[in-house]
Amino acid sequence: MGKKKLYAHHIDSSWCKGCGICVAFCPKQVLELDKNQKAIAARPEDCICCRQCELRCPDLAIEVICSKTEVSNE
Amino acid sequence: MAVKDYIRERFFPHMWCAGCGHGIILNALLHSVDDLGLNKKDMVMVSGIGCSARISGYVDFHSMHTLHGRALAFATGIKMSKPDLNVIVPMGDGDALAIGGNHFIHAARRNIEMTAIVMNNRIYGMTGGQFSPLSGYGAMGTTAPYGNIDHDFDVVDLAVAAGATFVARTTTYHVHELSDLIQQAITHKGFSVLEVLSQCPTHFGRRNKAGDAVDMLKMYKKRTVRIGSDKKKADPDLIERGVFVKKDFPEYCREYDQLILKARKKK
Repeated sequence: MGKKKLYAHHIDSSWCKGCGICVAFCPKQVLELDKNQKAIAARPEDCICCRQCELRCPDLAIEVICSKTEVSNE
Repeated sequence: MAVKDYIRERFFPHMWCAGCGHGIILNALLHSVDDLGLNKKDMVMVSGIGCSARISGYVDFHSMHTLHGRALAFATGIKMSKPDLNVIVPMGDGDALAIGGNHFIHAARRNIEMTAIVMNNRIYGMTGGQFSPLSGYGAMGTTAPYGNIDHDFDVVDLAVAAGATFVARTTTYHVHELSDLIQQAITHKGFSVLEVLSQCPTHFGRRNKAGDAVDMLKMYKKRTVRIGSDKKKADPDLIERGVFVKKDFPEYCREYDQLILKARKKK
């Protein structure tokens, strides 16, 4: 079964206020807060492109760039 | 178009506190407008005063930041003069139902085509945490240090009773539902009211020991259910989410156009 292919997490750290919503609700624990309390994608390989972090970010600081269609794993 | 094409980037990062639900509503609104493929030149956002009202400054639509509680009155004027525009009126709970309570019920009664989004954080955040008509019995605020003895409005019941033809409720936790309901509210041909439960961790959360933004969002997940859920029968205190009313009813601007035609024929 294929899945959407992740290209990048664009996180604008100057907009991020470190509320931790993206970290708490990521179903795959991809995101973390760094020592400056800014969100970072610590485990991007686990990302399933659900874009919940992008939609829940109150600061519009996250954009998940992924393929529009499912791509085969092979 | 990307979501960032619909905002005025020069005003970011925005002034809302870390974890503020209003940012999630702005986010969902921008995604909704993008999904509907609306042209930003056809969009008007009119707001009153308060944390919620600052939203009109962040969107790259036609926008108006007006008097406290009077956003719907200004919006009515805009819609009457240019009915082709898509008018969205985001309001806080105090803005919509305390200061602007009368404008709210009469806009609903007229059924003028616009979208009223009540961003309900149950407190006056900007002025320091005073209780609002939606704080509810027992809630703490700077003006209710021993607990509030006022009971709250049910926005949905009030809007239905006043005659709004689209009435829905959701929370900032349920982001997909929020986007979907905003789209339904924008496309509805009549007065739409969408209540969004929105967390204020700085004032409401802190004073009511509700935790931080994450805890408040988890509470929305736990304490709300879809309309008609059996869980509501077992626990009547749960808050229902979804579309409560959606009906066709003569719209005000179209009625007004017909009235003009009728008056011209009589001459």
